[in-house]
Amino acid sequence: MAANNHSLSAAYWRANLKILAICLFFWFAVSFGCGILLFDFLNQWQIGGYKLGFWFAQQGSIYCFVALIFIYAYCMNKLDDKYSLKNKREAQ
Amino acid sequence: MELQTLIYLVVGATFLVYIAIAILTRATSTGEFYVAGKGIHPFANGMATAADWMSAASFISMAGLIAFIGYDASAYLMGWTGGYVLLALLLAPYLRKFGKFTVPEFIGDRFYSRTARIVAVICLIIASVTYVIGQMKGVGVAFSRFLEVDFEMGVLIGMCIVFVYAVLGGMKGITYTQIAQYVILIFAYTVPAVFISMQLTGVALPQLGLGAELQTTSGETVYLLDKLDATLADLGFAQFTEHKGSTINLFLLTLSLMIGTAGLPHVIIRFFTVPNVKAARSSAGWALVFIAILYTTAPAVGGMSMFNLLKTMQPVQTEQNTSISSTSTSQLPPAALDYEQRPDWFKTWEATGLLAVDDKNNDGQIQYYNENNPEMQAKAQIYGWAGNELVKVDRDIMVLANPEIAKLPNWVIALVAAGGIAAALSTAAGLLLAISSAISHDLLKGTFMPNITEKAELNAGRLAMIGAIVVAGYLGMNPPGFAAQVVALAFGLAASSIFPALMMGIFSRRVNKQGAIVGMLAGLLSTLIYIFCFKGFFFIPGTEIFADNADEWLLGISPEAFGAVGAFINFTLAFVISYLGRAPEADIQQMIEGIRTPD
Repeated sequence: MAANNHSLSAAYWRANLKILAICLFFWFAVSFGCGILLFDFLNQWQIGGYKLGFWFAQQGSIYCFVALIFIYAYCMNKLDDKYSLKNKREAQ
Repeated sequence: MELQTLIYLVVGATFLVYIAIAILTRATSTGEFYVAGKGIHPFANGMATAADWMSAASFISMAGLIAFIGYDASAYLMGWTGGYVLLALLLAPYLRKFGKFTVPEFIGDRFYSRTARIVAVICLIIASVTYVIGQMKGVGVAFSRFLEVDFEMGVLIGMCIVFVYAVLGGMKGITYTQIAQYVILIFAYTVPAVFISMQLTGVALPQLGLGAELQTTSGETVYLLDKLDATLADLGFAQFTEHKGSTINLFLLTLSLMIGTAGLPHVIIRFFTVPNVKAARSSAGWALVFIAILYTTAPAVGGMSMFNLLKTMQPVQTEQNTSISSTSTSQLPPAALDYEQRPDWFKTWEATGLLAVDDKNNDGQIQYYNENNPEMQAKAQIYGWAGNELVKVDRDIMVLANPEIAKLPNWVIALVAAGGIAAALSTAAGLLLAISSAISHDLLKGTFMPNITEKAELNAGRLAMIGAIVVAGYLGMNPPGFAAQVVALAFGLAASSIFPALMMGIFSRRVNKQGAIVGMLAGLLSTLIYIFCFKGFFFIPGTEIFADNADEWLLGISPEAFGAVGAFINFTLAFVISYLGRAPEADIQQMIEGIRTPD
């Protein structure tokens, strides 16, 4: 049972790291990517009066950050539920 | 009603609210004093975190910075918001699961070392004290500007208000006051912004207004940002939306501000106040929602107030779609602001000394242009200009004068005064709590007097708070030379010492006591030394080794942006030393397992 618990928590941690990695990829992409490294390239398009790279740097990245945290919280809550359900089922 | 009376009424009313909250939320245990009894709803904690985070600098200075450096200020916008993603994903849920009172306590327990805990306390105190000086100064400035009292008197009043609710209520009192302060500061920030956006573009949301078309009498259609860029270029300045500095520096500055934000103890401890791990995750999201409302408005305030300033200085150019380049062939100078015709807000701020003109060529007009630009120097010769005549524009005016420029009613001006004071007080209180809990909980209870009773520790916490307020107030009134360098220091230290230690403590089972201590010290010292090399040792003028400009910086990295490099040094050394030594014992492994598994 102890070994089972151990592999369960290892699986939980791996799933957690996967969610983390995906979220951090987008965190990097919208700010450092679109806002800084691709700034000049993206500026060839516009959203209204905003050049796209400028918009990402001063508006878009911030909106994406907010969305990312809530998406992360949602995914982690589902992950928690999944593993605690499994735990309970195995305990019965 | 007379403006001054109105300001007194509005600011006085907000103070009554803070004191009422203090009386209702007395802390009766150390749990309430340090972490508000862990019973704060994640939504409410998000609001309190936003007020805790947004300081006098965010409220007053950031939009001014954006107005003058445009795109390059993106580092602050992305850095000070993106840090919350790191906080929410990498630190807050795990530290909440750990479930104790302070940040050094986690470092001490995880690295099973009193030394590590004390090193963390030192990092915390240096970062927080430098930060709190700026807040106390902010309180003094807001008071002296709006309430016509002395600067020192302003700081003193601010100290007394914080004293009442922070000493009595601890974290519990601070939390509920911060919620009230958030409401006040966000109204004070967004109301003038909405009006200005309406006036210029007809769009109510400033976030959309900045990207909208200008409303012009001539019926021409031109985007506000394009017009702003063109007008700035005509005066020889860099364009608002163009990239001026180096990419590597912008990149590292953004990264340093992000990891610095995530590593600032007074922000982290706010997430100890929510009931569980799930709440810590969503609370970080709410915090960022409330912060984003101000941070996405700030570029609009910056851009639009710059546009209004240029419109005042160049009444003809911004009205018609003509530019110097098209008229310069006729050799006629473009009309500048006629000094006698200057608007009322101009006179008001001239009186404060934050705005100053000098009619160098005595033509009765005020020419505003970039006198360091060779092309403009050539034009100035032809036009008979004798240099830039708007000799001083304090960046803070961009927010403070906004309501007057937009001709808003007096109650809005009063609200801005109360908002500025709320922003400074809320951040000061959060920092003071971080400092006093490090002293009473980490140093006293954790190190020197482990057998102290809970009641005695609570009293010690209150005493430490009083001491911290007195020291912060004194330093606010007599700011040491380095007060202006707060950003570089506080964020650099948090980024290079605290953030890596916390992250490795959670995500690595292998990093041990020696690795963590050496890492923290190396990160702290490398960042301090790099900053000192350019800003002077302990910021004493004249002791700097290199001039503080881009040519002298190592690889073009500014001292403000060095925190990320310090963090890298910290991570590297900690891993190398840990892998050379022994892994932490089984009980520490179990503790790591514990914080990784939510209940």
